[in-house]
Amino acid sequence: MTPASVYGEFANDRFVRMLADQTQQLQAQVGDAFARAAPLCIVGGGTKTFLGRSTKGEPLDITTHRGIVHYQPTELVITARAGTPLSEIEAVLDEHQQILAFEPPHFGGGATLGGTIACGLSGPRRAYAGAARDFVLGTTLINGRGEVLHFGGEVMKNVAGYDVSRLMSGAMGTLGVMLEVSLKVLPRPSHELTLAQVSTATAAIAQMNQWAGRPLPVSATCFVDGVLYVRLSGAASAVASAHRQLGGEIVDDAADFWARVREQRHRFFAEATVLWRVSVPPATPSLALAGDCLLEWGAALRWLNTAADAATVRKLAEQAGGHASVWRGDASNEPFHPLSPALLVVQQRVKQAFDPKGIFNRGRMYAEL
Amino acid sequence: MSLFEQPMVENAGSADKDALLAALRALLPNEAVLWEEEDLRPYECDGLSAYRRLPWLVVLPSTIEQVQAVMRLCHDRHVPVVARGAGTGLSGGALPHEHGVLLSLAKFNSILAIDVMNRTARVQPGVRNLAISQAVAPHGLYYAPDPSSQIACTIGGNVAENSGGVHCLKYGLTVHNVLKLKILTAEGELLTLGSEALDAPGYDLLALFHGSEGMLGVIIEVTVKLLPLPERAQVVLAAFDDVVKAGAAVGEIIAAGIIPAGLEMMDRLAIKAAEDFVHAGYPLDAEAILLCEVDGTNEEVSEHILRIHDILQSCGAVEVRTARDEHERMMLWKGRKAAFPAVGRLAPDYYCMDGTIPRRHLPAVLQRIGELSREYALPVANVFHAGDGNLHPLILYDANQPGELKRTEEFGGKILELCVAVGGTITGEHGVGMEKIDQMCVQFAPAELQQFHALKAAFDPAGLLNPGKAVPTLRRCAEFGAMHVHRGQLPFPELERF
Repeated sequence: MTPASVYGEFANDRFVRMLADQTQQLQAQVGDAFARAAPLCIVGGGTKTFLGRSTKGEPLDITTHRGIVHYQPTELVITARAGTPLSEIEAVLDEHQQILAFEPPHFGGGATLGGTIACGLSGPRRAYAGAARDFVLGTTLINGRGEVLHFGGEVMKNVAGYDVSRLMSGAMGTLGVMLEVSLKVLPRPSHELTLAQVSTATAAIAQMNQWAGRPLPVSATCFVDGVLYVRLSGAASAVASAHRQLGGEIVDDAADFWARVREQRHRFFAEATVLWRVSVPPATPSLALAGDCLLEWGAALRWLNTAADAATVRKLAEQAGGHASVWRGDASNEPFHPLSPALLVVQQRVKQAFDPKGIFNRGRMYAEL
Repeated sequence: MSLFEQPMVENAGSADKDALLAALRALLPNEAVLWEEEDLRPYECDGLSAYRRLPWLVVLPSTIEQVQAVMRLCHDRHVPVVARGAGTGLSGGALPHEHGVLLSLAKFNSILAIDVMNRTARVQPGVRNLAISQAVAPHGLYYAPDPSSQIACTIGGNVAENSGGVHCLKYGLTVHNVLKLKILTAEGELLTLGSEALDAPGYDLLALFHGSEGMLGVIIEVTVKLLPLPERAQVVLAAFDDVVKAGAAVGEIIAAGIIPAGLEMMDRLAIKAAEDFVHAGYPLDAEAILLCEVDGTNEEVSEHILRIHDILQSCGAVEVRTARDEHERMMLWKGRKAAFPAVGRLAPDYYCMDGTIPRRHLPAVLQRIGELSREYALPVANVFHAGDGNLHPLILYDANQPGELKRTEEFGGKILELCVAVGGTITGEHGVGMEKIDQMCVQFAPAELQQFHALKAAFDPAGLLNPGKAVPTLRRCAEFGAMHVHRGQLPFPELERF
């Protein structure tokens, strides 16, 4: 029996729940760090340390705080501790023909739920189903004062209090230590089919956006190596009908292709010396930059392998209404797009509101946060 | 009534009203400042008319620069500001401050740009929800969230309340359908949150602003995401002789892997009221009906309708009927959409509640609401967004009977506390506003409320935006005397634990 099915079956067993509940130890460690104003570095599976800026501090290990706390398939909600391996959650959902619809990348075997939400990472389905933050329903966290707080819940609609849970998504652990996260889950589509056709970047951008404006069951798109890929998901009849409309060659190893794109194991990523992540309005024309590109999310997400200088890439992204991050390969530049001075001040105040002594993942996202 | 506790703003009312009026009139055109009592009267309440209060002054600016000037002035003089859209809110969120300026955004009613290729619309906050879908329909697009007030409610208010609607199980809430906001801070500074791309750098303040009830800033521009109109939509009506069976059917549909576009339940009293009012064709002998709509491509809808038919029958529905044509589909929805006013015909007044519960607790919660209804001698009709667990009990009462409103509010408060006890929330889509502020003490622990106050102070250190709403002071909670009900400490032992 795999650990996944153990947790699935005994999810409501008090004993199993208690075994992995490290709340008090984590709270004590944060409380102690608060008293000493000592910086902490929140550690999960360590699969996303390459992302963003580096941070120094005493390690706060959440990997032993693990286990699925609650899962009711017909309620479309799962609650798990932050240290729960993402693969364990996906395996339990799979037993009930359900999925995390934001299709998160793992970037390694030890990826945890907490790290995934903290980094706010979403995969190929993002443009069609929503981002990680769109599926966050509630969270339990420790703030910078060492208080255990609970926000949101296990229901889809909830407007009591500010939406702190979604704020945690993408905050890279700089606002609090997530202990538990509740996520909306969705049924796994009964049928999927991936089609490929030869294209150019310009034609692919236009095609992806035309498809998105029509009621088609598209669940992922990608352009790389002169080929446009589109994944269709849904009822068998809907997928078949869309196949007739869209045309193209059926891709046989489709699951593998999307996994390689999602996990950045595709050749394109391996070859990139400096990898830029450029997020723009989807119909933005190809950016005037030398180098190879891979397009995802209906062309709203553009991965660039370019030697162009940071100022040029950022200026082009900004002119298009988007932003650009150095994903990896260039430590001389700030990883994330600079914030306007006014916005930075507000974000510093938000940080201060949760973490008055600045103990959590100091400087992990921006030097000032 | 405790609801009219003075909002906590230090020195509120100490500003000189005449001097403020003169300063505002210097900033704005003559007709954009109201101060005579007869002109202020229309602003005394929002959709929750049981709570009324006259504002000090009303301003109706028409440019961002004017709003900015008003914000700066009010900030300098320490005057509270309450923003207002169409005033359709149901929780008193736009209830004026008696020593404050009521900022109406009614003149910001232009659709600024429609971007067909990127499928977005950039609109001013006073644009009506439905007007967006109407404007983009020629391009085969629409804006998905559809609160029942969509004819009148504005997009700025939708963001402030994170409004839902009957289609949010499949298409999400306002927060899932907005890409970018322009807001003004309490100091009058213009900030852009989110972007026209799918994400933005830094903290997700765009998400934070959704449902923040005018406490963090004034929304001055909204860029919404547009979706392609579905090829086809079809609705199935199922009648049940037992509410429990209807509840189980909802779970079975979802377990079958189908996410309906809409999934609504009504109980006997709501069915009767709606049928008498609009003659939708509902079966009057049913204890509960389910309306289940699926949309998508033609083939997908046909496939799902067949399966839903089978599921409903195997769950013991006494009648299952698919709308034969668009007219019948519209009639079946008309009954549901008219449920509130229909119930309103049964009594002089009604009070609409808005709790959300994990769906599996529906039978127990409905049973307890029935018991409370007998205890308080006030009838209740139940309308339920069954797909996402959002319950709207409508309590019937007569405000002219002494003490009946107070009894109704007490009853309503009990229902909300029940929602929290089963792991739900006191408000699914109407907001806390003034109405549910005491129940916030039940749902949140003191440290959680303090965290909300700290977050508010990050945006509005002086506490001038919509003071006294949404998040209670700890003192108020102490006076209310409510026990904070935390998970696992259920005060209703008869309810199934989770």
